[in-house]
Amino acid sequence: MNAAVDTLPRSTRPAPATPVTPARRFGWLLRREFWEHRGGFLWAPLVAGAVSLLLSAMGIAMAMVAARGKFAGDTEISLHDGSRIQINGLDLDMLTSRLGHEELARLGDGLDLTLILASGWPFVVLAFVVFFYCLGALYDERKDRSVLFWKSLPLSDGETVLSKVASAVLVAPLLATIASILTMFGFLLLVSLVVLFYGGSPMDLLWGPASPVVLSLQYLAAIPLYALWALPTVGWLLLCSAWARSKPFLWAIVLPLLAGTLVAWLEFLGVFDDVTWPFFRNIVLRALTSIFPMTFMDLEYLQSVQFDVPGATRSLMSPAGVYRNLGSLDLWGGVVAGTAMILAAVRLRRWRDEG
Amino acid sequence: MNATAGMPVVEARGLRKAYRTKLALDGAGFRIEAGRIVGLIGPNGAGKTTALKAMLGLIPFQGELSVLGRDPRSQRDELMNDVCFIADVAVLPRWMRVREAIDFVAGVHPRFDRARCERFLANTQLNPRQRVRELSKGMIVQLHLALVMAIDARLLVLDEPTLGLDILYRKQFYQRLLEDYFDEQKTIVITTHQVEEIEHILTDVMFIRDGKVVLDAPMEDVGGRFVEVLVGADQAEAARALGPIDERSLPFGKTVMLFDGVSQAALSPYGETRTPGLADLFVATMKGTYA
Repeated sequence: MNAAVDTLPRSTRPAPATPVTPARRFGWLLRREFWEHRGGFLWAPLVAGAVSLLLSAMGIAMAMVAARGKFAGDTEISLHDGSRIQINGLDLDMLTSRLGHEELARLGDGLDLTLILASGWPFVVLAFVVFFYCLGALYDERKDRSVLFWKSLPLSDGETVLSKVASAVLVAPLLATIASILTMFGFLLLVSLVVLFYGGSPMDLLWGPASPVVLSLQYLAAIPLYALWALPTVGWLLLCSAWARSKPFLWAIVLPLLAGTLVAWLEFLGVFDDVTWPFFRNIVLRALTSIFPMTFMDLEYLQSVQFDVPGATRSLMSPAGVYRNLGSLDLWGGVVAGTAMILAAVRLRRWRDEG
Repeated sequence: MNATAGMPVVEARGLRKAYRTKLALDGAGFRIEAGRIVGLIGPNGAGKTTALKAMLGLIPFQGELSVLGRDPRSQRDELMNDVCFIADVAVLPRWMRVREAIDFVAGVHPRFDRARCERFLANTQLNPRQRVRELSKGMIVQLHLALVMAIDARLLVLDEPTLGLDILYRKQFYQRLLEDYFDEQKTIVITTHQVEEIEHILTDVMFIRDGKVVLDAPMEDVGGRFVEVLVGADQAEAARALGPIDERSLPFGKTVMLFDGVSQAALSPYGETRTPGLADLFVATMKGTYA
């Protein structure tokens, strides 16, 4: 009986409907992360966008009520070229007809900036969602012991952790970006209604001068760079998540801050010179805040950007600008450190004994 | 002809695993052949779970261990295609829906048979839309067992799979396993404290104590090797001379003595003989463990 075990045909078993390939397996791992974190990945950014739209609508309604009656008499509106027009009530259509080429361009810039601000909430939520997702990704499964179920399946620790990284830096940002784009168009629709109410043409006043489609594509194009920039934080949080016996949140926050304080103290004692800020910038901030969609280079750029140059807002997020980050040591140093920490997390998951 | 034919499913030599405060495995060695149902039995802290974890590649350890011809330390990923396990009760992720669990295992396991799994679940009260956290402990075990039994694994390892379940679920669990899953190509290793409930399904038994295997025998040998005799007070001294490994007193001056390796014929003059239950054997073998 025993001797025959391996020679017996195993073909009596029906073949699975679709063969399991590494790519399909990875797809299922991503789906599994999405199932578990549907609330954070999908609903949280959508709700953030919806709430920001609601607040905008309330603000606009308030402004409209406040403005009622103000336009009752003849109103003088001065245009950029110095000419003045008299309008009876607020007649946006007439206003539009007097706008010159330059005014329209400026209007477009203003609108684009408003759109970026209006569509920003899903990204803020994204940063928090990704932060807590990474902290829990390898900790929760140990705490509820479901890791024993996952490990009973033919899934390697490497591909499992990689699926969590991909969920954090690609899936969640993609969903947040879609929520953000929906919010942007929602906001435009909302303002269109207002414009219509005052007799203006949304086409001429809003959809023409603003560039929502360009902005949307720019958002989408920026996701891969976001993924690279976020790696050190994602790596650090996953490492804490795989390592901590309890309270991964505290470890993740306290260790870098403590290290930073120690460095500052040593500098104060005169052991080091000028290391505190570089340490905070390159270690503490990179380990904890890189999941916010803004690099150091982006921040410097924001400080120097000339908003009165026509088209300035549209070029804020231009792929050329975003991908300049590929030339920065900040980015690649983070990628290297993040990858190393992710590999350490894989190793910890492989050998950690949950006795 | 296959070179691995006749190879044991598990072969261990000199397993050692030390935790910070104690030695969990102390040179344990054993061999499990294909087509067996092996009960790994031992008191708390004897190293059962550690031995299983070593077989499943969940922990680092010292010594030689080969599972289906592979080293679980370095070849765990390949090994898990052929090995499945239920470690501990109710470890299915609580957020998961029944349907999601089936979809997921079907998606990632090349040996999973979805129709089989659904057939097992058809007789239960599980509903595909329910989340695991909404299920009772017994229902979670039903789901887990259905998932695992639909996987055509060569080695199934069960570590206390029915702990905390009521007798109905426990009986059903082992019955299912025996009727719908086990065949001569499969091997099952079980640990449990409820020795009486599994002894009739085991083909082999292995006692483990203080990190060592103290008894490793097929069930039919256990019957031939160990004899229990009900000895009257007048015969007690004479019987004791044959060297029982354990004795316990009954009311009315009778004593039950357990002999290892003394034939039934040699013992029958001293009183009524019978084959001891696994639980009695276990208690006799493990005496003094907690002393």
